[in-house]
Amino acid sequence: MRILVTGGRGLLGSAVVTELLHRGHNVLSFQRSPSGTDAHDVLGDITDPSAVAAAMRGADAVVHLAALVSMSGPLSDFERVNVGGTQNVIAAAQAAGVGRFVHVSSPSVAHVGRALVGDPGGRAEPDHARGHYARTKAVAELLALAADSEGMAVTSIRPHLVWGPGDTQLIARIAQRARAGRLFLIDHGAALIDSTYVDNAAEAIAQALDRATLPEVRGRAFVVTNGQPRTVAEMLGRIAAAAGCPAPRRSVPASLAKGAGSAVERAWSISGRAGEPPITRFIAEQLSTAHWFDQRLTCEALDWHPRIPLDEGFRRLREWFESLG
Amino acid sequence: MSTAPACLPPPGLPGLDPRWSVVVEARDADGVSRSWHVLDTHADGPEEDIRLTVLCVHGNPTWSYLWRSVLASAPADVRVIAVDHLDMGFSDRTGTVRPLAQRVADLGSLTSALGVVGPVVVVAHDWGGPISLGWVLEHQDEVAGVALLNTAVHQPDASRAPSVIRVARATPVRHAATVLTPAFIRGTTALSGRRLPPDVAAAYSAPYRSADARAAIGDFVADIPLEDDHVSAGTLEAIAEGIRALTMPVLLLWGPGDPVFSDRYLHDLEERLPQADVHRYEGARHLVIEDAPALVADLWTWISDLRAGGAEQAADDRAGSAQVDRPMWAALAERAAADPDGLALAEPRDGSWRRIPWALLDANVARLASGLAAEGVRPGDRVSVLIPVGADLIAVIYACWRLGASVVVTDAGLGPRGMVRALRSAAPDHIVAVPKGLALVRLAALPGRRIPVSRLVEIARAGAALPLPAGPGLDDEALVAFTSGSTGPAKGVVYAHRQLQATRDLLQEHYGLTPDDALVAAFAPWAVLGPALGIPSAIPDMDVTAPRTLTARAVADATRQVRGTLMWASPAALTGVLKTASALTDDDLAALQSLRYVLGAGAPVSAAILHGIQRLVPGASVRTPYGMTEVLPVCDVVIDDIDAAGPGPGVLVGNPLPGVEVRISEVDGEGRARGLLSDAPGVLGEVAVRAPHRKVRYDRLWATERASSRDAGWHRTGDVGSLDERGRLWIAGRLAHVITTVDGPIGPVPVEQAVERIPGVDRAACVGVGPTGAQLVVVVCVTGGREEGVANLALTDDVRAVTGLDVAAVLLRRDLPVDIRHQSKIDRRAVAEWADRLLAGRR
Repeated sequence: MRILVTGGRGLLGSAVVTELLHRGHNVLSFQRSPSGTDAHDVLGDITDPSAVAAAMRGADAVVHLAALVSMSGPLSDFERVNVGGTQNVIAAAQAAGVGRFVHVSSPSVAHVGRALVGDPGGRAEPDHARGHYARTKAVAELLALAADSEGMAVTSIRPHLVWGPGDTQLIARIAQRARAGRLFLIDHGAALIDSTYVDNAAEAIAQALDRATLPEVRGRAFVVTNGQPRTVAEMLGRIAAAAGCPAPRRSVPASLAKGAGSAVERAWSISGRAGEPPITRFIAEQLSTAHWFDQRLTCEALDWHPRIPLDEGFRRLREWFESLG
Repeated sequence: MSTAPACLPPPGLPGLDPRWSVVVEARDADGVSRSWHVLDTHADGPEEDIRLTVLCVHGNPTWSYLWRSVLASAPADVRVIAVDHLDMGFSDRTGTVRPLAQRVADLGSLTSALGVVGPVVVVAHDWGGPISLGWVLEHQDEVAGVALLNTAVHQPDASRAPSVIRVARATPVRHAATVLTPAFIRGTTALSGRRLPPDVAAAYSAPYRSADARAAIGDFVADIPLEDDHVSAGTLEAIAEGIRALTMPVLLLWGPGDPVFSDRYLHDLEERLPQADVHRYEGARHLVIEDAPALVADLWTWISDLRAGGAEQAADDRAGSAQVDRPMWAALAERAAADPDGLALAEPRDGSWRRIPWALLDANVARLASGLAAEGVRPGDRVSVLIPVGADLIAVIYACWRLGASVVVTDAGLGPRGMVRALRSAAPDHIVAVPKGLALVRLAALPGRRIPVSRLVEIARAGAALPLPAGPGLDDEALVAFTSGSTGPAKGVVYAHRQLQATRDLLQEHYGLTPDDALVAAFAPWAVLGPALGIPSAIPDMDVTAPRTLTARAVADATRQVRGTLMWASPAALTGVLKTASALTDDDLAALQSLRYVLGAGAPVSAAILHGIQRLVPGASVRTPYGMTEVLPVCDVVIDDIDAAGPGPGVLVGNPLPGVEVRISEVDGEGRARGLLSDAPGVLGEVAVRAPHRKVRYDRLWATERASSRDAGWHRTGDVGSLDERGRLWIAGRLAHVITTVDGPIGPVPVEQAVERIPGVDRAACVGVGPTGAQLVVVVCVTGGREEGVANLALTDDVRAVTGLDVAAVLLRRDLPVDIRHQSKIDRRAVAEWADRLLAGRR
């Protein structure tokens, strides 16, 4: 198949490109700067409809990963990229007669702030999801699934907390804070959270593409995780250990952390500083309430199982840190 | 009083499907057309496929809404009709006062109008009971069965009307409470033990929002005939007597916490309807259908059994067996004849030993049997014994058996609350008690005639001149004992003489007991078996309510008294013995060596304890029997075999004893034991036991009994385990504690055993969190530290390594909650709830 991947430069995007190439597909990678993968790069911005349409020409399938992922920033930026961009990709795919469309989403689109304990992953909730990112991704997912039609099979994949070697977002920041001795736990880090080793998420997406036309797959959203929930304390401890740092021991109460998160968030947006605030209410919530999922339906529908267990993932992470010196 | 025709309920009431609601016109007994609101599963559906009609009749002051979940769960070929009485719910406000007889006639005209034909199962609650039973008496040919929930047809003799109703009936109070304000409705919905969700409570009061709409509630309460000259008294009396002739199956479903219709109304109905199946939902109150989540499913199970043609539980395979009736007191009588002055019983008293010879014990039992009979204890009566283990207890128990009464045994391990709850459920006719027991009985206002132990001498003396009553039959009830209640409220377990004799014979045969043996009875339930076995018993000096207080010297003393060969003790008692072993003199040690068997019974005994005991008595066979209140013993295992077997899929309890069969019903991914009974090795499932000495049934727990006996002739134990290639049973925990992971079910015990082998871990509990079928394994460790919460990475790694499981979290706790009785069974449900809260991030 000739497959267009949007957002092929990120941690997950590049892994998806590599996996699809490995499966023998002809892959085009569409993003603003070179992907660094072996795919044929097409440079452009998903907010530019003509650039998207041009890249789409001749494609049999699309994997749409490109999104604005951030904990802060004005709503309009999120809407432009996550909603407008997705509309552009859908329109171009429909125009080009693309048969399979895998939309990459996030479990946060259905998360309204409660603890998720073995949650099967509900419907996207644009009005109730937490924060600009999750809300705009919720709208995008509903748009994508609504485009499922006889001619084009659409599936949404929601990997939760993707990590792995090369992660400049989550992993690198945790390591950085751990090195600086500024990594702390919220409520002793007892909340259970799911995460996904990047290769497993990429394989799930490739499987979804293979099986997109099946009735139990098309028009549906699937949560993808490693199926190995761990306490926040253990996750942070393992990442710190992989980076050669001691596990965090200090803890702050959730209420305090949430309050601090909101305050920092406000200060950040008022002062207009670039980059990410150190903690936001969203993160505080994520790190103090359980987020783990029942993905039995996902495994069955995608005929997929997470191949790399967490232990192996952490071992590879350690190698990566060591290779950085 | 104003009038208004029937109408439909407002939309949106929780659980109520608007398609069920219809208004039906029917002429009442006076020929006046009345309109009724009725819920009907077949309101607009085809009637030709209906095989059965279930007619649901509410009481006061509810309405057909009460039955919504019965309608919601009805099979397609069953028509469920739930009526609103006239002047109640959304039916006609007639402006008339309708006495009981008229209400019975009203119901008849309505069922005619609805075209109800047999077979019909009638289900009723509260004052719907008398009304629907009146209807049943007039439609007997059509009625296939009757299920009654917290109701009454008669004011039991010698008891006053329920005080709540007496107050409500006092006229000014009645008017104010029932008509002027919705307090009576609120009060009744508040009689639910669970707090009803606000929208459900609101739905109950939906038809009663105005004083006019509530008028009938006042009249309904006024029509409760408590006085003999009441206009409805004759009708009620006719119904109460008439139902004695009913032969159809009856089910009584009861919320014992009902301040209106208390247990004594249940007992009155049981007496009138002896064929009734009874289930008491412990903790449920007046609105039992709201309080007991299992009730509706249980009702449908009962109805489906009816439809399957009576579905009598397959004939009890024991009833026809050629068991010889050798009464429980037979050996006692024989020893009394053969060796009158020989020692039967030694018990510590005032610092020395009271020694009772066989002839005296036998004579005391006979005199007490006659004396108690003269006191009014009849064959078939239940007698509760609140007496510490000793000569008095043994004499009373054998006397009760001798005269054909049944003994209710509630050991102190249940705790005062559990004991009161157990006594209420068993409802003994007589209570023989020491002063402490009498105080408890009085405090809890338990029914039953009270006989202080201080009167036993006088009763026996009176009995000496009286003839011995005729003895019981082999299948007459002999004993009600209680489960430990570590997985829910304690359940009453009924035994007949047949099962007790079978237990005695099994012990005699398996341990090869002869008159030269003697019992050191440190384990309360079995301490009374010495006379039945025809061997002397010595009761060690201990506080039976605190088994840990048993000392090694007390055991040695008792052993010396009878030259004991067989000792039963709980794990806690054995722990006490080991702790105090250093105080044993050489003489004590020598005395202990007469023991042939030491049996640690009642709960799993750790290998360390067993080894400790073995070192004290090297010549004895140290064993732990496996069994439960419902069938004891099932297996037993020698400590050497446990050592030789090494770690395995749980606790090794050994091979089944002679005459006992064990099978496994495989557990599925949802934690249900659905598998056919099998002896295939290596399969994790619920343990089922068939043995001549298993229980007759659970007491007043019809649904529990049916579930436990659903394989005809077998008792499902609620334990999970597996058999090995040599037919030995390994216990992996309780079915209710099975963890249902995506990779299949896991029993907690083998996981805990593996974790407890990690140095530094004193105790471990393995529990599941998350939804059934997708649960995560969580291990909670006690390491002696003060810290609680997430364990460090090193211990986490160790736990995963020794268990080989993807354990989601390893947690630390200062200690683990255990059951009151044995102080050893982990309350895994409480641990799971704690872990679930912690790991969800809720606080």
